[in-house]
Amino acid sequence: MGNIARRQFDAVVVGAGGSGLRAALQLAEANLKVAVLSKVFPTRSHTVAAQGGVSASLGNEEPDNWHWHMYDTVKGSDYLGDQDAIEFMCRKACDAVVELEHYGMPFDRLDNGKIYQRPFGGHTSNYGERAIKRACAAADRTGHAMLHTLYQRNVRAHTQFFVEWMALDLIRNQAGDVLGVVALEMETGEVMILQAKATLLATGGAGRIYSASTNAFINTGDGLGMAARAGIPLEDMEFWQFHPTGVAGAGVLITEGVRGEGGFLLNKNGERFMERYAPTVKDLASRDVVARAMATEIKEGRGAGKDGEYILLKLDHLGGDVIDKRLPGIREIAKKFANVDPATDPIPVVPTCHYQMGGVPTNVAGQAVMPDGKGGEKIIKGLYAAGECACVSVHGANRLGTNSLLDLLVFGKSAGEQVVKDISADVKSLPDLPADAADKTMARLARLDSATSGERVNDVGAEMRRTMQAHCGVFRFPDSMAEGVKKMLAVAERAKSTFITDKSKVFNTARVEALELDNLIEVALSTMISANARQESRGAHDRSDFPNRDDVNWMKHTLWYKEGNRLEYKPVQLKPMTVESFEPKPRVY
Amino acid sequence: MRFQIYRYNPDVDTKPRMQFYDIALEPTDRMLLDALVRIKMEDDTFSFRRSCREGVCGSDAMNINGKNGLACITKLADLEAQGPVVQIRPLPGLPVIRDLIVDMSQFFKQYHSIKPYVVNDTPPPETERLQSPEDREELNGLYECILCACCSTSCPSFWWNPDKFVGPAGLLQAYRFIADTRDETVNARLDNLEDPYRLFRCHSIMNCVDVCPKNLNPTKAIGKIKDLLIKRTV
Repeated sequence: MGNIARRQFDAVVVGAGGSGLRAALQLAEANLKVAVLSKVFPTRSHTVAAQGGVSASLGNEEPDNWHWHMYDTVKGSDYLGDQDAIEFMCRKACDAVVELEHYGMPFDRLDNGKIYQRPFGGHTSNYGERAIKRACAAADRTGHAMLHTLYQRNVRAHTQFFVEWMALDLIRNQAGDVLGVVALEMETGEVMILQAKATLLATGGAGRIYSASTNAFINTGDGLGMAARAGIPLEDMEFWQFHPTGVAGAGVLITEGVRGEGGFLLNKNGERFMERYAPTVKDLASRDVVARAMATEIKEGRGAGKDGEYILLKLDHLGGDVIDKRLPGIREIAKKFANVDPATDPIPVVPTCHYQMGGVPTNVAGQAVMPDGKGGEKIIKGLYAAGECACVSVHGANRLGTNSLLDLLVFGKSAGEQVVKDISADVKSLPDLPADAADKTMARLARLDSATSGERVNDVGAEMRRTMQAHCGVFRFPDSMAEGVKKMLAVAERAKSTFITDKSKVFNTARVEALELDNLIEVALSTMISANARQESRGAHDRSDFPNRDDVNWMKHTLWYKEGNRLEYKPVQLKPMTVESFEPKPRVY
Repeated sequence: MRFQIYRYNPDVDTKPRMQFYDIALEPTDRMLLDALVRIKMEDDTFSFRRSCREGVCGSDAMNINGKNGLACITKLADLEAQGPVVQIRPLPGLPVIRDLIVDMSQFFKQYHSIKPYVVNDTPPPETERLQSPEDREELNGLYECILCACCSTSCPSFWWNPDKFVGPAGLLQAYRFIADTRDETVNARLDNLEDPYRLFRCHSIMNCVDVCPKNLNPTKAIGKIKDLLIKRTV
């Protein structure tokens, strides 16, 4: 390890978005010695951009219960979600939201003083009967309000943050246990080993593998890259959510809450086309269904705009007052990024990469798991994951809107609780680090520092984004995917010889971007290869040669290993914790 | 399009300098951030913070043609109309780490000093604490702050006393918690601010209101805190 500085903690949390902050709170309140690493100041994490709401069957507006929520989530997942995890999450939703309210979250209110709830895609009453008001909202800034509230509560709990630190690699020993991370302090350029009994990944998604994305620049799948390089498989990476309403050209998100409040989509003929695709809930069908319908309209020549390239989101009929009260941020975004005032004109929108359903495989306690080689599964000692970077799997092949904020609250907390439990039970001192703990990381950095020529980081990144956009989008075609695999393998080769001209130490963002690209490449490659192998259409994965869901052969989770791009599969957990299974049915909305 | 950008890298520069960049923009480049990203493609040593690119994370606050703002929601067309060269500098008044990246420790220290969290030690009910829509509305215009520091770093009082004056961002948040009916510590919060520097260095210059990218009004919030303090004494 040479002269690399080393610090010891009970736990290291990588990422300070919603799930990282929720987990960190659990750890700080248990008085553990914790380091929370974040590439950005915590309130700049991408949870801040979530808009429409967080789901919980509070029933403040109309009768609701967790079992309906569970049904909707299972159906929304196209039956790929693990039903035990889904039951776990939906049962805990009300407590999670109420707890957040107690922390000071500024939810909108009803006249009786309770939390305001609005309808959202795929959320229904009585097992699919009609849309239900289940999304608890703070105007259209729910993620902002939530992230700030969680940060504020952590300030109160004296959580120790390492702001503008980027974790680079996991440290694993011979037994496969995770012993901490190697990390880079961006301001100084120094590398440090942070040794811990528990390492919790909360690094969010990697939507930046696509050209058109609602995701922030920082969403580069760092936790997934770290896991992949450490020999840990990534689960269900072929499933990416394309949000129906990204601003055409800009990618910026327009919340589904717009449709929840009564907005709807129109094609160029002014037709409310969702009535054809989802007769019952129309514009509030689940996102994969709406995104596909929009892409179909565009493909068949009914898109609006000069080249028929987008769909119109109409909400002027809601009136300026409702828009200013419930959707003020949307009005701001539409004016800035689409040059339209939605109080008078529709917003041009297109399906845009938004959310990664896959991730590091975990159980409901946030413990990372992988096959034990004997047909079963084993817990990876010392490693935990929560939020978008984890795959529990509650979202399966398609996530319902508002379930992401719920996911990070519920599983951030349960992972935090498990870490506290594991650390209290473990009285031993920290295990020794392997002698080569940081060698691979240092070699990667040394290569970047010494390379004087090679591939420009942005060129490789742009090629990756183009490839993913063209070969692994809303609609997937066999020849195109096979070609996409070839291209991504070539891009991954190029990524090995990136170079940067900036060799300085202080806040070298060129170096950070090069290291982020390494992580994006793992994510893109896992996505492309997993997608090419899955011979069915399910949720967000839609391929022309296998247009139907195939529950006989494909009701199983994909596991991709970096080494040799190997794939394995594991069964879907169809058995919930306490209730009856929801048997797979054709999905109609 | 022509840009003149503040550059300083302590590893190689002995003092700051202004560097010109002439950049060919693409039709898709709408905001200043798009242009900065393009400049970075040409010159990877140019450093700045950015993340959400839609004005909600608060990373890319900077001084643009003399006025603080967020690069991601500043339209290039508007800058073009202002003159032939766009001048970009780091936020004023904070130590520069490198290029447009400033050390925000002092800013966050002031934010933390107002105890930015709801304090309510009454055991909570099993459901949410109730709050009327009217009471909740009091938080509008306050909770939306993104902590970008455009306001505090445009405030002369904050430039002179960054260690003693809470600054507009911190005071806006101070009032956010005073105004929250769920908080039980209004008096302690007012005590914390009753100080010739912490609150009363605000002289209603209103630069903060002028620059806030979220159209918030710290001066108004500060006025309300002052009113509460006066009411308390009479």
